[in-house]
Amino acid sequence: MHRGLHRYAVFTACATFCLIIAGALVTSNEAGLAVPDWPLSYGSLTPPWVGNIRYEHGHRMVATFVGMLTIGLVYWLWRREERRWVRRLGFIALGAVIAQGVLGGITVLFLLPTLVSVGHACLAQTFFCITVTLALVTSERWNQPLEGSSPWTLPALTTLSIFLQLAMGAALRHKGFGIIPHLIGAGVVTVMVMATLYRVLSRHSTQRALVQPAAILAVLLVAQLLLGAGSYIVREATRDAAQPLPFMVWTTVAHVATGALTLACSVWLTLVCWLLHRREGQAVPIAA
Amino acid sequence: MTYQKMFTAAAIAALLVAAGCGGGEKKEEAAKEAAPAAGGPVTKVDPATAATITGKVSFAGKAPAKRPILMDAEPDCKGLHATPAYVEEVVANANGTLANVFVYVKAGLEGKNFEPASTPVMLDQQGCIYKPHVIGVRIGQKLSVSNSDPTTHNVHPMPKANREWNQSQPPKGQPIEKEFARPEVMIAVKCNVHPWMRSYIGVVEHPFYAVTGDTGAFEIKGLPPGDYTLEAWHEKFGTAEQKVTLATSATQTVEFSFKGE
Repeated sequence: MHRGLHRYAVFTACATFCLIIAGALVTSNEAGLAVPDWPLSYGSLTPPWVGNIRYEHGHRMVATFVGMLTIGLVYWLWRREERRWVRRLGFIALGAVIAQGVLGGITVLFLLPTLVSVGHACLAQTFFCITVTLALVTSERWNQPLEGSSPWTLPALTTLSIFLQLAMGAALRHKGFGIIPHLIGAGVVTVMVMATLYRVLSRHSTQRALVQPAAILAVLLVAQLLLGAGSYIVREATRDAAQPLPFMVWTTVAHVATGALTLACSVWLTLVCWLLHRREGQAVPIAA
Repeated sequence: MTYQKMFTAAAIAALLVAAGCGGGEKKEEAAKEAAPAAGGPVTKVDPATAATITGKVSFAGKAPAKRPILMDAEPDCKGLHATPAYVEEVVANANGTLANVFVYVKAGLEGKNFEPASTPVMLDQQGCIYKPHVIGVRIGQKLSVSNSDPTTHNVHPMPKANREWNQSQPPKGQPIEKEFARPEVMIAVKCNVHPWMRSYIGVVEHPFYAVTGDTGAFEIKGLPPGDYTLEAWHEKFGTAEQKVTLATSATQTVEFSFKGE
């Protein structure tokens, strides 16, 4: 393990989380078309810093930074990482960030087609999951021997349900769906997370590597449900406002950001379960 | 493929994406949308027989509270207003009438073609507010959008039947000139830089429309005698229709009424 590489991967994942917040700020402030051109902004790299141009161009700048970080991460993995699948995951991350940039451009040039906008939001979450995975698997802790075993099917299904729920949330924000599918999704995710937590606490309560992400996942779920209800109420209460109001914007952004963290936490738990499953019967960590 | 080759290919792909998609603002396609076929000769209306519709749009009940626009974060906009600015969604006049109502002949002119409009319809951005709030324009008539503000705007009509476009406009920049190819009542226009900015454009096939102002009155002149359906559209209160029969040289009075809370 290379400690510097791990720290860099963690930094990339944190920057990606900031990028998701920047993207949520664009949607919540209705700033998606404040810059009509792409990849330049008003024909330059330094557009007038007024109104919603701040959010849209700021999003583009953070995205460019994350893209550069990803290129650096892929290069570092290519040079230092021994596990072939981790190196491949790095290349997948690079492909995802390039595709994400192109999707972002298409949303602007084609005036926010719902399907593309929702795809842009979903790929953002996917890319965040990849960076979180790279941060986890490059850690020293990942390569320390773990005891016990755990089936990973349930947490994997929980992760899938959270991802689909985030997709429905994105469809709601981009006016592709109404609120009902998102509410049903919230119920499904709640059941899945509770089932996962129950499984971990009832069968693996002594395994800190499982209890920790499961507990954080449950806390995030509660926060997310409260933020979801809060953002809906605030949005309805400010529906007649002349413009998106800061309280509505930040409540909604917090909901999106906590959704991303919930997904990342579920990915973390799934990866640990998968690791335990793979190591079952083995005395040494997976090296390659 | 070795990892070295894979990395090189990915880097080249990234550079191609970054370089190949440049070029700044999306250009409006050169070819305009084909307007619906005019079909047939221009209908000449004899001034001696032409009829007129006059009237007003009255407003009953309580008007909704004025919605303030928060311009604190935009000094270039706020500095242009001595007093707080409000959304112009519902402008109830002191005489019990309603402003910003688009009144037009909805039916009764089918198959008739009229002289094309020669002057453009003006829409300006003043103090980060569209002036006027509601306008009418004919198919094929020039719409000229200007920016009198010391700040950047983007002009973004969001039609359903016409082509959507989104174009930036620098402070006091050259007017943007556009046309609409199909009738559509109404097209919302938005500035995504300043999300409170909104106006509405009614696109019609003929010159028989009006927008109410601070007296709530309207007048539609030069109509051939006949039976018509008149529609009044308001941003918040929706639409209302009335049937009108116009005799030769007649002046008919029509009153629409919208109700508040």
